[in-house]
Amino acid sequence: MAQESSILDTFFEECEDLIVALTEGLEEMRDGNADDETVNAVFRAVHSIKGAAGAFALDELVGFAHKFETVLDELRSHKLTADDGLLRTLQRAGDILADLVDDARDQRPANRDVVDPVLAELQGFLGPEEEAPAEEFVFEALSLGFDDDDDEGGYIVSFTPGAEFYATGNDPALIISALKELGKASVTVDTTGLPTEFADFQWDKGYLTWTVEITGLMTDLPIHEVFQFVDDICALSITPLDAGPPAIDLPDIAEPDPTSPARPEPIAAVAPPPEAIEATPAPAPKKEETERPAKKAASTLRVDPERVDRLINAVGELIINQSVISQRLQEAALPNSSEIFADLDDYKLLAREIQEGVMAIRAQPVKPLFQRMMRIAREASDATGKDVEVVTEGEATEVDKTVVERLADPLTHMIRNAIDHGIETPEKRVAAGKSRQGKLRLSASQRAGSIVIEIADDGAGLNRLRIRDIAIEKGLIASDAVLTDQEIDHLLFAPGFSTAAEVTNLSGRGVGMDVVKTAITALGGRIAISTVPGEGTTFSITLPLTLAVMDGMIITVGGQTMVVPISSILETVRPSPGDLSKLGLKSELLRIRGEYVPIIDLAEQLGQPPSDKTMAERVLLLIQTEAIAQCAIAVDDIFDQRQVVVKSMHNNYGDIEGVSGATILGDGKIALIIDPDAIASGPAVAPQLTQLPEGDLSHARAS
Amino acid sequence: MPEQADTTQNKKLEFVTLVAGGQNFCIEITQIREIRRWTPVTILPHSPDHVLGVINLRGAVIPIIDLAAKLGFEKITPTERHVIIITAIDEMIIGLLVESVSEILGVNSDMVRETPRGPEDATTRAILGVIAVDDEMTKVINLSTLMPKQDQVAA
Repeated sequence: MAQESSILDTFFEECEDLIVALTEGLEEMRDGNADDETVNAVFRAVHSIKGAAGAFALDELVGFAHKFETVLDELRSHKLTADDGLLRTLQRAGDILADLVDDARDQRPANRDVVDPVLAELQGFLGPEEEAPAEEFVFEALSLGFDDDDDEGGYIVSFTPGAEFYATGNDPALIISALKELGKASVTVDTTGLPTEFADFQWDKGYLTWTVEITGLMTDLPIHEVFQFVDDICALSITPLDAGPPAIDLPDIAEPDPTSPARPEPIAAVAPPPEAIEATPAPAPKKEETERPAKKAASTLRVDPERVDRLINAVGELIINQSVISQRLQEAALPNSSEIFADLDDYKLLAREIQEGVMAIRAQPVKPLFQRMMRIAREASDATGKDVEVVTEGEATEVDKTVVERLADPLTHMIRNAIDHGIETPEKRVAAGKSRQGKLRLSASQRAGSIVIEIADDGAGLNRLRIRDIAIEKGLIASDAVLTDQEIDHLLFAPGFSTAAEVTNLSGRGVGMDVVKTAITALGGRIAISTVPGEGTTFSITLPLTLAVMDGMIITVGGQTMVVPISSILETVRPSPGDLSKLGLKSELLRIRGEYVPIIDLAEQLGQPPSDKTMAERVLLLIQTEAIAQCAIAVDDIFDQRQVVVKSMHNNYGDIEGVSGATILGDGKIALIIDPDAIASGPAVAPQLTQLPEGDLSHARAS
Repeated sequence: MPEQADTTQNKKLEFVTLVAGGQNFCIEITQIREIRRWTPVTILPHSPDHVLGVINLRGAVIPIIDLAAKLGFEKITPTERHVIIITAIDEMIIGLLVESVSEILGVNSDMVRETPRGPEDATTRAILGVIAVDDEMTKVINLSTLMPKQDQVAA
């Protein structure tokens, strides 16, 4: 069983690649820069999915792929022309095929309401050809004598599976049923080969010969396709119905002798060194063969992610070990001139290089993810009756595999939201003086150690008044609360908030943007909104480049060593007393280049007893956050800037407010990694703070 | 990992007995990864009282829980002589700080009796069953009730 499921997994992985190829091809066709090779590539992708799905008896998938493939085949042989209608249908068929693959993977039944119309549309393009068998019935009754002639043709397929056929797990029944799909078929089996004594029976010996008579078929191409994977392991003959019985043995035609043995001989007679000559004819046919499929066949390696994870862990330990050694050497108080420091620097560089290399293994372009999102966007715009153009940018941006996987759900939700709630109906858009067609932009880019993914629509923008009303109605804010625009926007992420006036089946099923935010936060990312009424809304997701290693600033707070991600630190400031000014009872402000910035005491936010140091004795880290523009985090001291390995505490402990993870320092001690955003958006922490110093209270809560 | 205290079958079970808050408890041996001496921890902010902090166990970050405090006894003031039992359940690994570890107890599964019903408190909720050994009684700890995540859900 386990074996089978792992084969199945491989199949789905391959399907993903094939669907990428399929989508690419369809896009090229849509943009009008497709050639025959593109159509072929699309055809091959669909065909491969069908072939493999057949092996796993995924009937829904096979059935749909078959029809899809037939239409593509017509297109390939120029019986159909790629007009807008056909292209739209193909696009939708591509989406459905991808959906069906997903359904098959999740073992869900296919959504017939969606599949059937597209199936019918495909059928519409095939019209006459597929109807042939039906017509035949009528004809048969009328004109007995013309039966054979009146058919558009037919073939007798006779095949005898060999030992290898059975040994590789092929099933004649599947082949026969595939043949039956091609037309009207009658099957006979020749059992004369069977041994009379049961004892002589060998399980893998091919005793049986099947003869299938198919009518209503113009060419033998589809038959060859059925046998595509097995034609070399069974004896096969395909004969046109009217041509009589002579069998053409397929293996023989399949191998047109690469280089006739006659050819090297005369040349050998002219040129003495035989080795050189023998080498020349050989590469020629080989090259011809590889040239065609080579177009997109970037060679890849499938590796068990477990192995990569092990490597990443080992590299993590290497980096920790490197910092242990640096620390030991520093403690050893060697003369500064010692060469060992230069060696140590090399070691550091190498470790970093290995780490980057290993992380690159896990990196994946966001392209497949974006393609999936385009599919969802198309489905969503179909369902809402809105006309939306989806544009993607930066598809080549590479992100950690885990991030790509875990982004799918939040992105799906946000895209549905953008189309359902963000973009207006065509009528409203025209009334507002915009183009009928809405635009949704999905982009990915890399910015200084993080990945930024943006989802921008050109819809109506957030309706702040309504957001406010809903928040008051749901009891999220007090009715007299004074909120800035930004704070109102952020209410979208509050748990239990949903702006849809009525629940549509597309979005708004109780899960709201808070789920999106939780998912992004779990990846160590942040999400921000910017909206311009009447012009649209942009959500930007900022994610760390890697989940495993980051550059951190080593600090101390209340005697504990901690790490702050360098990426969020703008600068560090040792304030002079003149730069500090009190605001109210406790709060202090830092004046920097003429601006006043709030100071947040890290110790206080982490529930530690107040420090006896005055603000002027401490170090301030100026950080940029999503929630508030800038703030300064007060820490006791800063030490060093180094690469740290991020260890998640999520599995063994759970999440801690203000802490994103932990790392192991050179001395083997654990240091917590601070999440500056959570610290800066202090209010979320504050209510808990009041409880913490009183041990009894938290104790009572815990027990 | 075999289910602990599977009383339907009479099989041999082994428990590690320990002392926490002055009382006898035991944990099924298959749930224990290792036993180690107390080492200083890194304190976690906003943690409940019974969570002492985290330690580095060969590269993994393991939270340490004061078993006595978790069960409602006085907090242990950890010294060199205290012991940390590293336990694993449901792929979560946590360390339990206890006063001492005594012995390995081999019993038949039918010797694990149901906890006699009485007024519930923090301790009884974490007990899966009791085992009578000679004149003494030891209590089987239900590790899943100690997991920090459960705590968060409950809170």
